[in-house]
Amino acid sequence: MCQCCTEKKDIYLPQLATVVKAEAMNVTERYLRLSMDDGQFDYIPGQFVEVSVAGIGEAPITITSSPTQKGGFELVIRKIGNVTNAVHNLREGAKIGIRGPLGDGTYPVEEAKGKNLVFICGGLGLVPQRAFINYVLDNRKDYGEVTILQGTKCYEQRLFVKEVAAWEKRSDVHMLETIDEGHDCWKGNVGVVTKLIPKVKTDLKSAVVLVCGPPVMYKFVLMALEEYEVPHENIFLNLERKMKCGVGKCGHCQINGVYCCMDGPVFRYSDLATMPEAI
Amino acid sequence: MSVKKIAKDDFAVFVDALIAKTSVIGVQAKGDRFDFAPLESAKNLRLDYDVTLQPPKKYFLPPTEVLMTFEIGGAYRSAYEDEPFVLLGVHPYDMVAINQMDELFQQDNYDAHYMKRRNNATIIACDVVKPSENVFASSMGTAVVRGGYDVLLTDIGNAYVAESGTPKGEKLLAGMKGVTADDAALKSRESVWAKNKKGLNRHELKCDPAYLPRLLDKAYDHPVWEERARTCFACGSCNQVCPTCYCFNVQDDVNWDLQTGKRERAWDGCLLNGFTKVAGEHEFRNQRSDRFRHRLYRKAKYVPSKIGGQIACVGCGRCVAACLPDIANPVSVYNRLIDDQGIG
Repeated sequence: MCQCCTEKKDIYLPQLATVVKAEAMNVTERYLRLSMDDGQFDYIPGQFVEVSVAGIGEAPITITSSPTQKGGFELVIRKIGNVTNAVHNLREGAKIGIRGPLGDGTYPVEEAKGKNLVFICGGLGLVPQRAFINYVLDNRKDYGEVTILQGTKCYEQRLFVKEVAAWEKRSDVHMLETIDEGHDCWKGNVGVVTKLIPKVKTDLKSAVVLVCGPPVMYKFVLMALEEYEVPHENIFLNLERKMKCGVGKCGHCQINGVYCCMDGPVFRYSDLATMPEAI
Repeated sequence: MSVKKIAKDDFAVFVDALIAKTSVIGVQAKGDRFDFAPLESAKNLRLDYDVTLQPPKKYFLPPTEVLMTFEIGGAYRSAYEDEPFVLLGVHPYDMVAINQMDELFQQDNYDAHYMKRRNNATIIACDVVKPSENVFASSMGTAVVRGGYDVLLTDIGNAYVAESGTPKGEKLLAGMKGVTADDAALKSRESVWAKNKKGLNRHELKCDPAYLPRLLDKAYDHPVWEERARTCFACGSCNQVCPTCYCFNVQDDVNWDLQTGKRERAWDGCLLNGFTKVAGEHEFRNQRSDRFRHRLYRKAKYVPSKIGGQIACVGCGRCVAACLPDIANPVSVYNRLIDDQGIG
């Protein structure tokens, strides 16, 4: 972009999008498919958008769809703060403000080509990971073995149930799922997601491992991966922080010397060695 | 760029003429202290001030400003303030701070809101006449500035030496009655600079500021953070008075019609409780000591890495004066680390 266009652009100004599809996934999560009114939207798995509800504010949300799937993009939003509560009230056809896609720290789409991938997801962590999972499945021959570990707190909170079932049926995906607390309708694994790691068939030492979940999960997953001697360069983590501007100015998302919004939200574990605040 | 010698009376005439033409913000007395405020007459201007209560950053990044307006369910429209103004009497350390902010607001993503104000500003800087109680600009290498201003004034006793730094300043200088500065005037100015380079130093840093990022490399787990933060009120006064603190919050304000509204940004402070709190109540820097450390790391390590190593503490000493429990003084913290860790 030339200097005069840069100066005219307002980095804080949301563009309008239309809610094409909206449905409840469970009590707290809502699925939205959005379409930008000006039609333009290219992104890389791992990038996020600032979702804007006029009169309420903005919240950073990672895109859950893969750019390989055309016709808008998808978000899954947990009802937990002011903006996300307001988003839950939006119906199909409603207008919503979007800034982005944002974040230079994305999933290693190119670097991971030809390698075996292990996705470790905790709860809502499946939502950002799904962007890369579907990207990989849509470019299946470019990547090696795909293993997905999904841990969810309870049976009712499981997300993308049909999609996960479809992954489970695929011969080229090794899908393992667990829930923290047992349930009458659940016949699968019970326990935290780290318990699934010993069941991974892929050689973890040479795999690219992608981790996303609540802050508390990272410590335990990383400890487990340490046992398998996974090189830190091959581990990618999705970090969450408070964000306001999303463009490296407001200072809220700073993790030691870096901005989560600019340098993340996906980080290479070895890069976090000098960032004690990261995990 | 030209350098002129201007009699003080002639400068006052120039200022009054300027006030008649444009909006002028100048340093004035506020009780027994000083602050920047709209200037109504040259006789209120106090270029002999020691330090202002607030740095001039509020003219580029106001405490609150409207970023955009919106209609519920409709489009967002950018809002800009677009009025030229003259900022009169900026001290060198504050000028350095503005230069740093200019770089930060332009790099990576150009902030048109900040830059619109900045481009509308004409800055007349002035060298320090009277050192303030807590200044340590000499330690930070910011006692004298060569760049960023449109005009730089130096009080040489009976007159000002005025030098332009930009074409805009050159034009302004052309409108000032005076003569080309002679050798004697330039020599007097040199001696003011030499004096300030040493004399603005009420707190003396025991190392070259360029060493600070390396000093902090080894200081992350030092007990000083916890010791200091024990009496911290987490009030954010240090953030508020700092010329290089620019963190902000963004919030929406709906008008009475419940149909339209505005999105505003407002100063925020990394020392405040809740600065890093996300929905769901998780707070990433929950401890006061973590927040206290973060501020000093930001000044001497994190921000410098984005602006070519310049230290983002300019030695104005405002935080030293503003801090009630008297823990904010960056020099005393850095010196303590030097005492314990040595240099090198």
